[in-house]
Amino acid sequence: MKLADVARVLDAKPISPSADIDLEVACACAADLISDVLAFAGAGALLLTGLTNPQVIRASDVAGVVAALFVRGKSPLPETERLAAEAGITLLQTPHSMFESCGRLYEAGLREGGGPTNTPREGSVEERA
Amino acid sequence: MKARYSGNDAATQQEFTKVQELIYELRVDQVMTTPVITLSPESPMNEAKELMRFHRVSGLPIANDGAIRGILSIEDVIRWLERGGGESPAADWMTRKVQTVKGDEAAVQAIAKFGRYKVGRLPVVDRTGAMIGIVTSGDIIGRALRVLDARYREEETRRGSARCTLDELVGEGSAFVLRYEVAPKDFQHAGYAATRVKRVLDGLGMDRKIVRRAGIAAYEAEMNLSIHTDNGGVLLAEIAPEAVVIEATDEGPGIVDVSQALTAGFSSAPDWIRELGFGAGMGLNNMKNAADRFDIESEPGKGTTVRIQIDLNAGRGAQ
Repeated sequence: MKLADVARVLDAKPISPSADIDLEVACACAADLISDVLAFAGAGALLLTGLTNPQVIRASDVAGVVAALFVRGKSPLPETERLAAEAGITLLQTPHSMFESCGRLYEAGLREGGGPTNTPREGSVEERA
Repeated sequence: MKARYSGNDAATQQEFTKVQELIYELRVDQVMTTPVITLSPESPMNEAKELMRFHRVSGLPIANDGAIRGILSIEDVIRWLERGGGESPAADWMTRKVQTVKGDEAAVQAIAKFGRYKVGRLPVVDRTGAMIGIVTSGDIIGRALRVLDARYREEETRRGSARCTLDELVGEGSAFVLRYEVAPKDFQHAGYAATRVKRVLDGLGMDRKIVRRAGIAAYEAEMNLSIHTDNGGVLLAEIAPEAVVIEATDEGPGIVDVSQALTAGFSSAPDWIRELGFGAGMGLNNMKNAADRFDIESEPGKGTTVRIQIDLNAGRGAQ
């Protein structure tokens, strides 16, 4: 699914003006825990998260995440934006909640991608508050 | 040729995917021949014949002041020769209805026109209709092959130079170590070492899955040094021909119950760290999952050493 489609489905907007919305995401991962990003985000994934600190980008970088979407209208910290630009990770923002966002994307055909063990576990998609 | 590109055989289809992409990607003005050899309508047929022989072309546009009047092909010359080959202007033998293709159209448009109008060449015009070049199917195939060749070489060079760099840097069979000091509770910079390790492994042309596993292990190890230690610690990445080893060492406080610490979901991280998205109690598990061999040694009051080995040639190395 292209980021442009993700943006359409979630009423999302790219955070940096130079965001590449033609980018293709292979799968998705929703996590509010850094370790879950590492465990469940497959290479080429879109990450849905409520975390806006720079660490979410560092973890995404090592996990091979290509785009991060901040839910509930959250905006990343300036340092987060800087790191994302450096790592080539596109950032988007949606006004919808994590649950709503995951549901819409699932309905649109996007699926979870395999992590290092490639064994998605129960509860790995649901919102972790 | 058109039939070859639209063949239904699955294997053929696969093979041509790259070429198909290219003919959509390449613009006509990138593949055309320029400048164009032209003749005026008044030029004698004998001159046309000699020009075609000299330049080894099988067709010539006939033009006046840049405006296309017709096209003269080798078949027209043969027809002229069969009728005696007497003195006659090109205008009497040329095809007047000329199909053209625009310079900014995709090469695939030109290919479609070759098939549709059964022509071997098409004059290329700009948006004002002025002739800027000429294109044949050979031009497109030749250019496509050159582009594919260049991309293949680029890829080979990238891989080749990456391998050479490793051997040149450390000598065959040797290992080298990246060493990072990790400061305690510094969340601005924590994770920096792991992303550097990832870049180095990427730069060496290592398998992406290996790079990912090493990156994950290094990140979790680095975070543990940052979150749980009093004085920080040292993160090492040893890169050897047979394995990548990530090692994190600190001088305390140490883990009281290692088996409890290894339980998924167990965390000793304080609340303020959890709010940053850490403390899921999955760090050691993520390291273990990324490792072919995982060792942890800890002594309260002394410190902890975590070692993650990722084999390059055996085990899950190629996974």
